[in-house]
This record gives sequence, C-alpha cells and structure tokens, in this order.
Amino acid sequence: MRIVVDFDLCESNAVCMQIAPDIFEVRDDDFLYILNETPGEADRVRVEECVQRCPKQAISIAED
Amino acid sequence: MTSTPRAVTIVGASLAGLNAAEALRRDGFEGPITLIGAEDHPPYDRPPLSKQVLAGDWEPDRAALTDAEELQEDEIEARFGLRATGLDLDARELTLHTGETVGFDGLVIATGARCRTMGGTEGLEGVHVLRSLDDCLALRADLEAAPQRVLVVGAGFIGAEVAATARGRGLEVSLVEALPTPLGRVLGDEMGQVCAEVHRDHGVDLRTGVGVDRIEGDRRVERVVLSDGAVIDADVVVVGIGVIPNTEWLDGSGVEVDDGVICDASCLVADRVTAAGDVARWPNQLFGETMRVEHWDNAAAQGAHAARRLLDAGVGPLMPVPWFWSDQYDRKIQLAGRVRPDDEVRVVNGSLDERRFAAIYGRAGKITGVLGFNRPRHVMRYRALIEQGASFDDALAAEF
Repeated sequence: MRIVVDFDLCESNAVCMQIAPDIFEVRDDDFLYILNETPGEADRVRVEECVQRCPKQAISIAED
Repeated sequence: MTSTPRAVTIVGASLAGLNAAEALRRDGFEGPITLIGAEDHPPYDRPPLSKQVLAGDWEPDRAALTDAEELQEDEIEARFGLRATGLDLDARELTLHTGETVGFDGLVIATGARCRTMGGTEGLEGVHVLRSLDDCLALRADLEAAPQRVLVVGAGFIGAEVAATARGRGLEVSLVEALPTPLGRVLGDEMGQVCAEVHRDHGVDLRTGVGVDRIEGDRRVERVVLSDGAVIDADVVVVGIGVIPNTEWLDGSGVEVDDGVICDASCLVADRVTAAGDVARWPNQLFGETMRVEHWDNAAAQGAHAARRLLDAGVGPLMPVPWFWSDQYDRKIQLAGRVRPDDEVRVVNGSLDERRFAAIYGRAGKITGVLGFNRPRHVMRYRALIEQGASFDDALAAEF
C-alpha cells in the first residue's frame, strides 16, 4: 500500500494527522508531510479512515 | 420487534446521507439502498460553495461528491429532485412531494437544514442566501455582474466567508453583525475581536452591534437600512443568519422533534430508524449534553454511524469532539470542542497580533475547546486532549 496525497486538493486541515500522527504531519509551515508513504498492512484501517475523513478527499491508497 | 433491516432508505442526499449509503456498502451490506434527495443534483460538497465555486476558481462539477457511475457501481438507487413530505412509521412508508408513497424497512433521516431568511424580501432581486449549489450559482452570477457594493447580513462563518470571497473578487463589502463582535456568542469577545480585525484589515466595512431594519428596493435591492438609522447602498445582499433543521415533514409521524430530530446516544430515532447530520439532535456523552452539530465533519461521521447503527444494535454511542474549519482570506480558522463565550481563553501558541495562533478554552478545570488561526497541527493535538477529558492545567502545560 502506498499513500498518495493530491496536494492541489489538500488544505492542511490535519484530520489525517489526528488519526495517524505517525504517518501524516502538518508542520508549522501549514503544509502536510507524509512521514511514511508505504505503511504496512497493520495500518490499513487507520489509513482508510484518513481517506474517508479527509474533508477535501485528497488522500488515496495506491496498491503497487 | 427490533430487527435488522433487509433494505435501507436514506432521506437526504447530501454529505450525511451519502456517507450513510457508502458506509453500508463498505461494511458489506448487500441489501437494497435507496438514496432520496430533494435537490436535482447528485450529492456535492458544500464548503466550496462559499469559497472556490463562489470565487469562480472552480466549476461546480469539482464540488461533486460522487456521480451516477459511482452510485451505480455501489448499487445505490439514487432518486433526486424528490422531497419527502410525510412519514408513517406504522405502515413504514414515506410520502414524497409528488404524492408518491415509498415503502421502507430501515430508514436514515438526513434531511439537513435550510437557511433562515428575512421577512419582506421575497421576490426582491439581488437578495440571496447561500446553502445549495443553485444558491451559489445565483449569487456568483450577481457577483460577476460587478455590483457597486455587496452587503452581508450576519458575520457568522458563512457570512464571513462570503465577505472574504467577495473582497477577493475586488468588490466593496459591508458586513453587518448584530452582536458586539463577530462570532462573539461562540468564541467570546476577545477572539471575536480578532475576527473583526481580520475583516477590517481586508477592507471590509464591518458594522457590529447593529441590526438590519429593512431591505429596500423597487424590483431589485437598492439599499439596506440599519437599526441605528444608517443607510447603506447595496445592489447585492447576502443573508447569513443561521439555519433551521428540516423537520416539518415529520409532523404527526410520532418522531420527536425539538430543534432537530431527537435521537438516542447511538443516533437511533425509532425501531429501524436513525438520523444524522444537521437535522439530528443527540446526547453526546463525551460532553454530557444534547447537541445538534452543523459541521461538515459531523455530517460525514454521523452519517456513517447512523447507518451502522441500523444494522447492528451493538454500535455504541456517537461521542465526537465537534470540529470545523472556515477559510477566510488567507486565514484557516478551526475550532474544536464545545466552547462557551465565558470560558477562560489562553493563547498557547503564536500570537494574536500575527493572527497566527492556537488558543485553548477551559471551564470547571477542564479543557473545553481549541481555536486555531492557521494552526491546524495544534488544533488537532488539543482536540485529542479534549477527547481524553484532560484538565485545563494539563492542556496549558502540554507542548506541541
């Protein structure tokens, strides 16, 4: 699983960061950083929650 | 008597209703799902309507939440342009505005809310509310026609965003707010004052502590007379004075309504009936109070929760920390929690002068909320503390 963020859509609301702070981080420059682009299967449920809860639908999962 | 529905009907096809439908499919529900919406459009996202779409940066299709193809893939039967007008719980039937009756087994009520309007402005051109895509496009057309002045009634979040977007288009804007400070009843006057300064810095003619006496014009609006006697010439007026939950169609149905559909802690309304989104009022046990939340985040989460509750009585209470964002000018304002204007407020990061800060709210020794201006990271960190029921002192001592 690889995390893909559409940074044209991302508004740095940081919802993903609350769900998975070890994977997503919004820093003081107001930009989102992906800390771990290829998390393991154990993180799938949390990442899927990030995908669903993102207010801008900016996150997706690529299976490659 | 209580059983698991074999089919689910969802009334209301906006964010809560769509999330309900999608959650059912994600969870493997294989029965029929019917999604009934009052608007002609497929579900779309409302936050861009006061920002990107109104600004002209986005065409409306970019705000779409789904399309016919996706709905078909998920085997969600979508019926748009149909307004529910009645509910019979015993017969398990809905009545639509066309007179058609529709049977249901499981039901999610997600009919949302509509804008409050000002009496006496019916039929006057140039007077707008902003809730639907059609509202947005009508207002956008008026803004594109280069009006002399846009007057916004109400400096709540919608009014503030419309004012910001209109300024972004280079238009002259007056913003009229009955309270002493914008959002003072929510954020308290100190933070309300910060909001006021943001508007003034961006060239908005902000009038606070004053109401609107009347909106005048012949065929089209020409001027607004304020309660202090001031007269402002304006050829576009946007009224943003809050919303009313859409519950009238439930009159006589036996569903209890009190400023929203009354639900239990798990969003259950009656046997195999749940409610979600702007229309739902439920006891949020995290805060020990009954609330109706009009935020995007709640509609999405509550829609999914209400759908799951239909299928599984073991689904427990919904206990979120309410959270929303509002983008105004170059500021992202976020509030999480359940704050009162008389809560203690402390800036914990950044500074008010820079308009870039996080402030936390406290009451009775506990953190109740966090307000951020361009501080999304801090808002989410403190939101987690609110969820944990942290003390105000511990929250003050926390470093993020």
